[in-house]
Amino acid sequence: MNTVYFDNNATTRVDPAVLAAMLPYFSELYGNPSSMHTFGGQVGRAVREAREQVARLIGATPEEIVFTSCGTEGDNTAIRAALAAQPEKKHIITTRVEHPAVLSLSQHLEKNGYELTLLGVDDKGRMNLEELREAIRKDTAIVSIMFANNETGTIFPVAEAAAICKERGVPFHTDAVQAVGKLAIDVRELPVDYLVLSGHKLHAPKGIGALYVRRGAAYRPFLRGGHQERGRRGGTENVPAIIGLGMACNLAAANMAEENTRVRALRDRLEQGLLAAIPDAIVNGDPTNRLPNTTNISFKYVEGEAILLLLDQLGVCASSGSACTSGSLEPSHVLRAMGVPFTYAHGSIRFSLSRFNTQEEVDHVVRELPRVIARLREMSPFRAGSEAEAALGKPACACQGCGS
Amino acid sequence: MWEYTDKVREHFLNPRNVGSLDDANAIGEVGSLACGDALKLYLKIDGDRIVDAKFQTFGCASAIASSSALTELIKGMTVEEALKVTNRDIAEFLGGLPKEKMHCSVMGQEALEAAIRNWRGEPAVEHSHEGQLVCKCFGVTDEQIVRAIRENGLKTVEEITHYTKAGGGCGECVGELQKLLDAELGKAPVCETPLAAAPKKLSNVQRMQLVLKVLEGEIRPRLQQDGGDIELVDMDGTTVYVALRGMCTSCPSSRLTLEGFVEKTLRDHVDENIVVKEAAA
Repeated sequence: MNTVYFDNNATTRVDPAVLAAMLPYFSELYGNPSSMHTFGGQVGRAVREAREQVARLIGATPEEIVFTSCGTEGDNTAIRAALAAQPEKKHIITTRVEHPAVLSLSQHLEKNGYELTLLGVDDKGRMNLEELREAIRKDTAIVSIMFANNETGTIFPVAEAAAICKERGVPFHTDAVQAVGKLAIDVRELPVDYLVLSGHKLHAPKGIGALYVRRGAAYRPFLRGGHQERGRRGGTENVPAIIGLGMACNLAAANMAEENTRVRALRDRLEQGLLAAIPDAIVNGDPTNRLPNTTNISFKYVEGEAILLLLDQLGVCASSGSACTSGSLEPSHVLRAMGVPFTYAHGSIRFSLSRFNTQEEVDHVVRELPRVIARLREMSPFRAGSEAEAALGKPACACQGCGS
Repeated sequence: MWEYTDKVREHFLNPRNVGSLDDANAIGEVGSLACGDALKLYLKIDGDRIVDAKFQTFGCASAIASSSALTELIKGMTVEEALKVTNRDIAEFLGGLPKEKMHCSVMGQEALEAAIRNWRGEPAVEHSHEGQLVCKCFGVTDEQIVRAIRENGLKTVEEITHYTKAGGGCGECVGELQKLLDAELGKAPVCETPLAAAPKKLSNVQRMQLVLKVLEGEIRPRLQQDGGDIELVDMDGTTVYVALRGMCTSCPSSRLTLEGFVEKTLRDHVDENIVVKEAAA
């Protein structure tokens, strides 16, 4: 069996058509798009087309697109721009389940003179719009809410949240890195001021992203330098990657339906197959309002890293929110914010699919994973009805909220 | 991805001695589901010799491999010999563990001791009775921490976390860990540096080299933790001229740092007559 790649929320395969579009810009078309000569000018034209392609995918105008090096740069640029434009305002609102690109920046700002409100989520990872409404203050400088969560796939009510902020005159940013290309997004109907996307999550290469800045929204360059990106981001353009991102956005628009039908069906087949075959397993996240490619499943009594390494032996790539894989000693901040009991959080596995996956691959995992879990459970001192659980005085509850 | 040795991978994929022992007369349990790893060790002790050992482990690859290694190490040992097995022996048996995973080997050592206590009919002593609870997130006591520092020659709070998990949760106890570390390092340096055995009469060159060594090894790392730094500018006999850098320059307590920490450390390690002065800018 070849590699079964079910880790597309981590990164995706570059689409062959994207690679083909990029290659000439590594070799014969090496001009600088800012140059005056025709040789560079033709590259400038290609960059312009790529900007149009990116803009088209999200309903923006090309002037509203700034190319960045990654999603993290886009998030940092947007949030810092909003703060710099309103120096008298010292309050930031975001959620407890953001990607570190937003969360650790917010926590850093909190140590440097800002007040931070972290909105919680419920047991399905859903936020409460009322909580947002109540959190907004006169001195709130920015609200940042992710479009969809990278670990569970839970989709956030960004349109409603952005509308609330617009009504209150507070700039709104969304990290849409996991959503662009999987969900239809049109900024003409979505009152966000800043939206961030990343190339390598939608079959473009790593090292390229884009920041949408609504016309009229406050802006300050994060990287100061030359007049590239109309002075909004210094630094010579990463031309091949920009061309690749443009092509990837074209393909994403064309494949959006497939993501939401065929890929969704594969994800559902995987999820249902695993839940049917493996006892004491639960799905983390919102079962209905969820990215079509993502499922996050917890297997009780076993630990995520051990599962991943045994899957690795079978050629299957996935990821885990367990402590041992997070590089810290505590399980994923997302699962903890949702109140997933530690006993489940340590055994959580995220499978994230793409249009390059097949039913054969899904069936391979549905066939093999039950053996992996059974093998680790045999080794574990805990099991259903074991003393540790008896001590709790009641049988294990399969729901994810009650904590038992 | 963790960089596991081939031996860790091999013991994870093919663990030895998995399961329970029906005729075990010593059982040791450490860890919990909530902590993310747990080990239940079963021993059969005949006379004073461990004739069989089995384990059940919930945890990551290195926890499973450490348990497997532990059982292989102690089978056939006398109880007295087994009590001398340390977490370092377990890690060495496996060709080493990533530093962030050293706590897996510590878990093995603790389970072994718990099992032997159980065999001796001693109460399954809770760690909280053995010392003061320092890390509330992972239930680690000062005694466990001090022991890890001593047995493994730990030098930083980060290392304490790698070995005991203490400080790896909310981080509230980090200050307490630093204090325990300072007390240990001040009292008995675990490393084999010649610092403690510095000869009384030093030549100027020897003294300068020693000052540099202490600055690099003991003082700078501590200041850098707080965003500061220090540089040796000049030496005149036992007078050391330094420049404070980074956060130290704007720190209101930099005078205290110089006298209380830098000078004291240099006096302890180099020469009791050392005087530290800030070099004129």
